[in-house]
Amino acid sequence: MEKVLDIQNLCATFSIQKKDYEVLHDISFSVNRNETVCVVGESGCGKSVTTLCVMQLLPGNGKIKSGSIYLNGTDLTKLSKKEVRKFRGKKMGMIFQEPMTALNPLLTIGYQLRENIMNHRGVNKSEANKLALEYLEKVGIANPDKRLKQYPFQLSGGLRQRILIAMVLSAQPDLLIADEPTTALDVTIQKQVLSLLNDLKKEMNAAILFITHDLGVVAEIADRVVVLYAGRKVEEGTTKQIFKNPLHPYTIGLMKAVPNVDLDEFVIQPIPGTFPNITEKIEGCRFNPRCPHANTCKKCFEEAPQMLEVEPGHYVACHLSK
Amino acid sequence: MKRYIVKRLGMIVILLLGLTFIVFSSLYFAPGDPAEIAAGVSATAEEVEQMRVYLGLDQPFFVQYGNYLAGLLHGDLGTSLITRQPILDELLVRLPNTLNLAVASMILACLVGIPLGIVAAIKKDTWIDNLLTTVSLFGISIPNFWLGSILIIVFCVQLKIFPTGGMSEPFWTAKGFMQVFLPSLSLGLQVAASFMRIGRSSMLDVLQSDYIRTARSKGLKERIVILIHALKNAMIPILTQMGTSFGGLLGGAMVTEQVFAINGIGSYLINAINQRNYYAVQSTVLVIAFMFVIVNLIVDLLYCVIDPRIRYD
Ligand SMILES: Nc1ncnc2c1ncn2[C@@H]1O[C@H](COP(=O)(O)OP(=O)(O)OP(=O)(O)O)[C@@H](O)[C@H]1O
Ligand code: SF4
Ligand SMILES: [Mg+2]
Repeated sequence: MEKVLDIQNLCATFSIQKKDYEVLHDISFSVNRNETVCVVGESGCGKSVTTLCVMQLLPGNGKIKSGSIYLNGTDLTKLSKKEVRKFRGKKMGMIFQEPMTALNPLLTIGYQLRENIMNHRGVNKSEANKLALEYLEKVGIANPDKRLKQYPFQLSGGLRQRILIAMVLSAQPDLLIADEPTTALDVTIQKQVLSLLNDLKKEMNAAILFITHDLGVVAEIADRVVVLYAGRKVEEGTTKQIFKNPLHPYTIGLMKAVPNVDLDEFVIQPIPGTFPNITEKIEGCRFNPRCPHANTCKKCFEEAPQMLEVEPGHYVACHLSK
Repeated sequence: MKRYIVKRLGMIVILLLGLTFIVFSSLYFAPGDPAEIAAGVSATAEEVEQMRVYLGLDQPFFVQYGNYLAGLLHGDLGTSLITRQPILDELLVRLPNTLNLAVASMILACLVGIPLGIVAAIKKDTWIDNLLTTVSLFGISIPNFWLGSILIIVFCVQLKIFPTGGMSEPFWTAKGFMQVFLPSLSLGLQVAASFMRIGRSSMLDVLQSDYIRTARSKGLKERIVILIHALKNAMIPILTQMGTSFGGLLGGAMVTEQVFAINGIGSYLINAINQRNYYAVQSTVLVIAFMFVIVNLIVDLLYCVIDPRIRYD
């Protein structure tokens, strides 16, 4: 299998009032060609930061402290700003979390699409226009002609999100990063966008890194799943492994937090306790204040658990998994 | 957009009407007697009384205001109490000089202030940013008349590079350029500094926005991200500042015209005040306010050009 994206031992920090705080600690995982990997976890666990590290677009106070990010075999962390730019768009494209603000309010949809296409497909303006229409149709937008002439403020959130998807796809990147592309959309459009991404993955033979905190979405789209908790990877496995046999107490907690529609059971059982801030210091396992098993095991408070492979391709970091 | 423009024009009409009222009544209630000035120092009480009737000053307030408005609608800004010439003619002779100075100062302020603001934003927290921010602080606090005098002493009297004063040609001719350079420098520097500060902060704002991150994620060259994606958005607050600065320029022009011996409406106004030439003061203030309103209308139209959210609303 060809690894398109390979993240190894990634550590990232944010400086807040001149002090560095670790937001990602020792994250490793990869995404293969023609594969969708979902990164899941609660709000604030570092999902978006992970994607921004890959794109090398961290905000000014963020920094990659150590580790490597290989894209098609090139370590992005070793490149200069100028060199990274050549990878963006063409090799890796990103759909951002917030469709309402992700498009430039003063430029037409057409301009923003064509710009990307001309840049990465080496075509002239009229050909770019044709391709733009084609991609808008691909993402299921009616009246693409009209849309090209419009400005973002004239379109709904769902349309903007699909336009962003079309824009990213039109450069034909090897890696598609989608940061909660469906959270801002209503349920029916959400379903459309997901099946669209599924189709496009097959058609374009791309690798997809998909961020979500919605396990229902994971079940629908993921081949493999990476579970993050407070900036650490706590479990990784195929979608089947994670859903059939979740091992980390946090993953099990997340599963319980999903409303089970089939059983007519709409009550969400949230994981008790609150999520730690990145400035908080916790000894041992970061999950121990909320873990139901922590009091049975002294080690949980003394050392951070190591990542173990419990079955082929299924990894978990918990002292209880032996 | 049509509705937007019609609304703006309607507001301007109301604004100008209110303005005439304020200008008129502030002089009406001001101490002093225009009839006395017009009749001259040696006039008898009777002659002053005759003059009062002649000027219509014996009429009630609202009749006088009505006559004044009716005159304005016919382009009659009144007659100078001193020279007995129509004030409109006197202003029209001087207006080009003032506009020449104001526009040249504005251009200079834009050319200097906006690019420096952008550079400071891009180089945020480096020595370049710190230097520019400090310099702009000086720029904002240097008084216009002081700077003008220093410039004259250094460049006109000692180095003899520029003429010491006067204005006869527009700024785009070679002679006009030399004439307007120092005055517009002394008048425009403060404005340039304010543009730099606004430009820097609005650029910083824009550079943090999501759509700039999107533009970067597309692999665009940084130059294109700045010039196409960021600058247009950053121009909106700068435009607002341009509108308000123009008022400051017109006010500052009074001083600069005095310092550089320019025959403009600023120095005309100062003379009129000194000579208690009531009607001339009244009309000049009105003309200056009118120009300010027109400039702000132009700014509003430019918003339309830049921002589709206004254009299509
Ligand atoms: N610029 C920043 N400065 C300081 N801390 C930050 C910054 N950006 C994010 N953080 C912190 O980093 C942590 C991870 O943020 P991130 O945006 O990756 O969360 P997320 O998993 O994407 O959450 P969500 O589901 O809400 O999008 C959070 O605790 C957040 O508060
Ligand atoms: S290591 Fe301990 S505290 Fe952490 S998840 Fe496992 S049992 Fe819970
Ligand atoms: Mg996020």
